Amino acid sequence: MHLILFFLFAGFCLAGAINLLLQSHPITSALSLIVVMTSLAVLYLLLGAEFLAIAQVIVYAGAIMVLFTFVVMLLNAGREERTMGSRSARAVGFPAVVAILAVIATVILKAQGLGVATLGEGLTDASGKTNIEELSSVLFTQLLLPFEVTSILILIAILGAVALARHGSGEPQGNRERTGK
Amino acid sequence: MNPVPDIFRILPELVLTLTGVAVMLIDATLPAAWPRRSLGWVAAIGTTLALWASLWQLSLPVGTGFYSTVETSPFTVFFHVLICGIVLVALLLSLDTLPEDSHHQGEFYALIVFGAVGMCLLTGAVELLLVFIALEISSISTYILAGYRKDTGRGPEAAIKYFLLGSFATGFLLYGIALIFGATGTTQIYEISYLVPSAPNHLFVLAGLALMLVGILFKVSAAPFHVWTPDVYEGAPSPVVALLSTAPKAAAFALLLRVVYEMFPSLHSLWSPLLWIVAVLSMTVGNLAALRQQNVKRMLAYSSIAHAGYLLAAFAGLGNSGIAAASFYTAAYAAMNVGIFAVITLVSGYDEQLPLVEDYRGLIYRSPLLGSLLIFFLVSLVGIPFTGGFFGKFYSFSAAVSGGAIWLAIIGLLNSGLAAGYYLRLVLTSVQRNADRKNEAPAPQVGVAVGAALLLAVAATLVLGIVPGEVLRAAESGAHTLQAPPPQAATPGIAVEPQPQP
Repeated sequence: MHLILFFLFAGFCLAGAINLLLQSHPITSALSLIVVMTSLAVLYLLLGAEFLAIAQVIVYAGAIMVLFTFVVMLLNAGREERTMGSRSARAVGFPAVVAILAVIATVILKAQGLGVATLGEGLTDASGKTNIEELSSVLFTQLLLPFEVTSILILIAILGAVALARHGSGEPQGNRERTGK
Repeated sequence: MNPVPDIFRILPELVLTLTGVAVMLIDATLPAAWPRRSLGWVAAIGTTLALWASLWQLSLPVGTGFYSTVETSPFTVFFHVLICGIVLVALLLSLDTLPEDSHHQGEFYALIVFGAVGMCLLTGAVELLLVFIALEISSISTYILAGYRKDTGRGPEAAIKYFLLGSFATGFLLYGIALIFGATGTTQIYEISYLVPSAPNHLFVLAGLALMLVGILFKVSAAPFHVWTPDVYEGAPSPVVALLSTAPKAAAFALLLRVVYEMFPSLHSLWSPLLWIVAVLSMTVGNLAALRQQNVKRMLAYSSIAHAGYLLAAFAGLGNSGIAAASFYTAAYAAMNVGIFAVITLVSGYDEQLPLVEDYRGLIYRSPLLGSLLIFFLVSLVGIPFTGGFFGKFYSFSAAVSGGAIWLAIIGLLNSGLAAGYYLRLVLTSVQRNADRKNEAPAPQVGVAVGAALLLAVAATLVLGIVPGEVLRAAESGAHTLQAPPPQAATPGIAVEPQPQP
C-alpha cells in the first residue's frame, strides 16, 4: 500500500517538475509547481516526517504558490519569448545543472551510500514521541534565540515592503506634483 | 549552569532592537506633516548606548548564553564596537544628507538599526542556524536600503541585482550548513570543530566548507564573487554605500574568521590555499578594474574589492597573528572607507549631480575642508604611514609572511603600488584648478551631524595610524578567544588555551 502510494506520488512529482520546465506559459508552470509541492508533501508523510509534510502544504502549496499565481495574474504575464540569449542560456544551463547534481549525488553516494527507508513509520528513534513533539522541544529550548530573532527578520521584511512600495510618505503634495509633471 | 544571565549576552543587540522598534513606532504615530529628522538622533543615541553596552560586556566572563548559541568574548566585543561605530557614523551622515521630502526617513533609520542587530548577532553567533538568520537580517536590510532612490532607474536596478545575487549566495551558505549538519549531526560551532577531525563523512564536510566559503566570500565581495559590487555601489545612495561597504563586510569577515579558525582549524591545509587564490584574484582584479573607472563610486567599489584581497592575505597567517591582523585591517578599512564615502556624499549630494572623477576638479579650492579630508582618506587607502591604512597593510602582509606566504605578500605590495595610481589620480584632480569658474558647483555645506561623523572617521583613521598598539592589543586578545573551547570544559576565563595549529 505504502509502496503504491510512493510510486504514484513520485511519478506525479516528476511529471509535474518536467511539465514545469517545458511549459512556456507562466501560469501553467505555477500550477505544475503546486503539483510538485503537494506530491512532495505526501512523500514526506510516507517517510514519517509529519511536520515537514504539513509545513510543505501550508507554506509552499498554500501561501507561496497563491502568491505566485496572484503575481503572475496581476502582471498579466504572457508567453515566454525565445531569444538568442535564452537559447544559449539553455544550452549552458542544462549541462551545468546536470554537472552540479552529479557532483552532489556522487558526494552523497560516496559518503553515505544507499540506505533503505521504511515507509509509513516514524522518523525518530524515540519511542512514544512524535516528530512534532521532538521538534518543538528543541525549538523552544536549545534554539530559542534563533527562533525569537526570526521575528526581527520578519519585521525588517515588512518594513522594507512598506518603504519600497509606498509612495512619498511625508509629503503627499510634493509627490503628486512630481508625478503630475 | 551559567552565572551570567542570558540576557546580558545579547545586551547590545537588545538595545539596538528596542531602538529600532522605538524609531519605527514613533514614525508611525507622528503626524504625516512633521519632519522625521529627529528620529535619526534617536537611532544615533540608541547605537551609542549599544556601543557602551558591548564595551560593558568586556566585564563579563567569556562564555556563551542561550544554550550555547551566542558568545561574548573580546573577539565579539571588538567587532560589536566596530559595527556600532560604523553604524553611528552612517546614521550621523544620513541625518544631514537625507532629503527632507518624499523619503521614508523613519523606515530608513529603523532599517539601519535593525540591520545592525543582524550584524552584531552575526559576530557573536556560535550556532549555524543563528548565523544564517543574522546574516539574512543584515542582508535584507541592506538590499532594501540599496534601493532607496526610487526616482532614478539605477536605484531599483542596484537593489534587484543585489537581492538576486545575494539570495543566491545565501543559498550556497545554507546548503553548506546543511551538508555540515549532515556530516556531524550538530550546528553548534564548538561541537562541529570537535567532531570534524573524526567525522566519518569527510567528503560532506569538505563540500560544506566549500559552499559556506562561497556564500561568505560573496558577502565580502571578494573576486570571483565580486560582480555585484560596482553596480550596487553606483546605484545605492551614498550614505547607504558608506554603511554597506563597511559594516556588513566587517560582520562577514568576523564570520569568516570564526568559520575557518574556530570551526575548521583541522582543515587549515585545505582552506588556506583557497583563500590564497581568492586574495590574489581580488587584489589584482579589483585594482586593474579600478584603474579604468571614471565614476568615483565605481572606482571605490573596485578598490573595496582590492581591499578585501589585502585583508584575506592576513588569513595566510598562522593562528592568532592572522586573526589579529585581519581584525585590525577590518577596523582600519572600515574607518577610512566610511570616511571617504562621507566626503563623497557631501560633495556629490544625495542625488549625485557630480559622480565623475572630473567633477572633483578644483575641490580643494571650492571647499578646503572637504578637499583636504578627501586627500587624507585617499592617502590612507593608498597605505602611506601615519594613517590606518598603512598599519592595516603592514600587519596583514607581515602575518602572511610569518605564515610562509611570501609570494602573497609580494603580490600584495605590487598591487598596493598599482592602486596608488588611481587614488593619486583623484588626489591630483582635486588639487587642479578648474578652468571654467562659471560652471563650478557651489561649495557643499557641512552640518553638525555630518561634521561629527567626519570627525569620528578621521580620528579613528589617525588613531589606527599613529597609536595602533591599543587596537592591536584588543584584536589580539580577541584572537585568543577565537578558538573553540574543549568540548566538556566550561571554564570561563580570558586565557582559553589555544588549540595547536596543524
